[in-house]
Amino acid sequence: MSSSHTIVQLPDQSTAQLPRKHYLNQELGLKSWLLTGDHKRIAMLYLFSITFFFFIGGAFASLIRLQLLTPGSDLLAPDTYNKVFSMHGIVMIFLFLVPSVPATLGNFLIPIMIGAKDLAFPKINLLSWYLFVAGGLFILAAMILGGVDTGWTFTTPLSTHYLNTHVVTAALGIFIAGFASILTGLNFIVTIHRMRAPGMTWFRLPLFVWGHYAASILMVLGTPVLAITLVLVALERTIGIGVFDPTKGGDPLLFQHLFWFYSHPAVYIMILPGMAVISEVISTFSRKRIFGYTAVAFSSVAIAIFGFFVWEHHMFIMGVSNYSALVFSLLTMLVAVPSAIKIFNWSATLYKGSITFETPMLYAFGFLGLFTIGGLTGVFLGSMGMDVHLTETYFIVAHFHFVMVGGMLMAYLAGMHFWWPKITGRMYPEAISKLAAVVTFIGFIFTFFPQFILGYLGMPRRYASYPPEFQVLNVLSTAGASILAVGYLLPMLYMPWSLKYGKIAGNNPWQATGLEWQIASPPLTENFVETPIVDHEAYDYEWLANQTEHEVKTVG
Amino acid sequence: MDSPAIATVNGEMHAEAHAHPAHLRHHFETVEQQREAASFGMWLFLLTEVMFFGGMFMAYLIYRNWYHAAFVAGCNTLNIWLGTINTAVLICSSLTMAMAVYSAEKRHKKSLITYLILTIVLGLAFLGIKSVEYAEKFELHHVPGPNFSIEQFVHPTNPKAVALAPDMAEKTQVYFSLYFAMTGMHALHMIIGISILIILVVRAFGGAYTDGHMTTIENFGLYWHFVDIVWIFLFPLLYLISRYR
Repeated sequence: MSSSHTIVQLPDQSTAQLPRKHYLNQELGLKSWLLTGDHKRIAMLYLFSITFFFFIGGAFASLIRLQLLTPGSDLLAPDTYNKVFSMHGIVMIFLFLVPSVPATLGNFLIPIMIGAKDLAFPKINLLSWYLFVAGGLFILAAMILGGVDTGWTFTTPLSTHYLNTHVVTAALGIFIAGFASILTGLNFIVTIHRMRAPGMTWFRLPLFVWGHYAASILMVLGTPVLAITLVLVALERTIGIGVFDPTKGGDPLLFQHLFWFYSHPAVYIMILPGMAVISEVISTFSRKRIFGYTAVAFSSVAIAIFGFFVWEHHMFIMGVSNYSALVFSLLTMLVAVPSAIKIFNWSATLYKGSITFETPMLYAFGFLGLFTIGGLTGVFLGSMGMDVHLTETYFIVAHFHFVMVGGMLMAYLAGMHFWWPKITGRMYPEAISKLAAVVTFIGFIFTFFPQFILGYLGMPRRYASYPPEFQVLNVLSTAGASILAVGYLLPMLYMPWSLKYGKIAGNNPWQATGLEWQIASPPLTENFVETPIVDHEAYDYEWLANQTEHEVKTVG
Repeated sequence: MDSPAIATVNGEMHAEAHAHPAHLRHHFETVEQQREAASFGMWLFLLTEVMFFGGMFMAYLIYRNWYHAAFVAGCNTLNIWLGTINTAVLICSSLTMAMAVYSAEKRHKKSLITYLILTIVLGLAFLGIKSVEYAEKFELHHVPGPNFSIEQFVHPTNPKAVALAPDMAEKTQVYFSLYFAMTGMHALHMIIGISILIILVVRAFGGAYTDGHMTTIENFGLYWHFVDIVWIFLFPLLYLISRYR
């Protein structure tokens, strides 16, 4: 099947019909879902689970913002507050952000985008979901049994000696969920290497695949280090070994090194798949090939490589040597270069593009602005002098929420709206979803921008109370969070609504070029009837436009 | 070629799918592609294992530099004979595993099963000797935790050993923490390996792996050799630090 022919015949939207058989109704019943090997169904299982955990993490976020409405610790006792922000961090990072795009959209789309019938290891893919759920249950158990109050960073010796909460249960949950992440990354790498359709060369791959490839490298190489670190913490708590314990000769700083050796690359595990989504969305709604395709592709890999050599910037105030801090400061600034390459290339793609403002594009614009602010404030924090002033304040909180919520969550929602027609076969309601995108953006700015100022003025993070002079900005932030909550609740209402009442989407509602848009919506279980033969570069919109013109001339 | 063809289920597809060899999973084009994917996946998994053990080797490197005297003293209390025998046992088990892969390749069911069982026996022997060593440590109060005792390092009973100052003797606890964490994680990998071996033996009795489809045996062989190699690093690092200079 040459993709050239299918693209020319853009399907008629008005007469579009759902295919009779597709991956959702191929088999029915709970068992067919729980034992499925189909990457699309596993993506749906992940989608349900991470939405559930997003709710929980979001509920904790609401409690935090309510608590900070007033200067005193009026709503929650200080130790309860510690547990609330710890659970917010653990749930959002390990159970939402890390698997968000890769395990749902990545799982669904990577095989289709490279022209394969499935991921290389369907059973391992299913196993990764079960591990994720098991890890999630352990973390929930830690929460229900009384909570954890170490923060998501499990700082020793606080976590090993001084707290009498469910540290081991939570650490075990993260350990197990980590294996889900390792297996997903491993599956993606093997699939991208070995399962590409004939003609799908590395430089014809959509940038979505490149972004996930880079993130997978980080998952595979970084996560095991977190696993062994948590094992050592658990052994230290349970039987009293002394690797991180200063009273026995261990060094707590070693824990920080090992922890951040994973946890800094982890922020790139979270953001790279988001960037992968943005490349697809911006190209489609500008009707242009991504400017500097090769640069964007290699910048993903560069971020993955640099990302492994910057971890010490989390430890500038922890007594590391000045010389190593200098080197890590320089490397931290270097990692901004590939990120900037992406932002500039996306902007250049927009230049003279035929831009339309569908919902995914609105979210993508939100991403561009918010990620840029988040990324640049990261450079502030990477410079040592500024870091001493700003670290452990709300400036840090604002910085990583700009990257993770402003960047990643916007990208996740952009991707969810963009591929919703492909996943379900039906369109989301356009008007209300545009409203949701705008509300999210406004709510976000009001929530997190004041926190930059608060942090700069010196409000520390992780405290249940604060001096009264910070109240105005905190009220502003809480008010923004309420708007933000509306922005997130809207899609959770209209997305399920669209499953029944949405307009039928047809194969290619965006008239996009990717392989995933050339097959039925929702796709068949085996994705392609025949193995596609790829003879085009990705995002060839100029060619598509020429073909459509030609078609009109000859037919009409 | 027309686009409606893509949107409908093609009836011939399924009939065609069954023309392939039984062990070719439906989403692969060829047996070769399936074999390469599996082996590539296994190597990647071993890479994650390298990173997993890497964290502990990093800790070892740092603490051995800081507390060299304590590490030498701790090392000298280990039973070098048991350690050496265990190394030999493990190397032999790698040989039997390699022979098992070879037998699968040659499609000799009987010798495949024999070599797999031999590998299990050698693996269990290793764990048995290891548990004897662990028991010795318990008796000497060399297990880190509340019952750890530095007595033997401050006032050594062995005339060849050097007495440590109490301050440095405390640091032997770091050595033993790493000793138990590293050998413990290695032993855990052995236990997982032996459990998988038992499944492989049962399946081999049913005629699996000798029908030309032996990817599983090959990949498990890689795992088993990897666990061996970890021990090849652990043995000199933990047992052979300047023994009685």
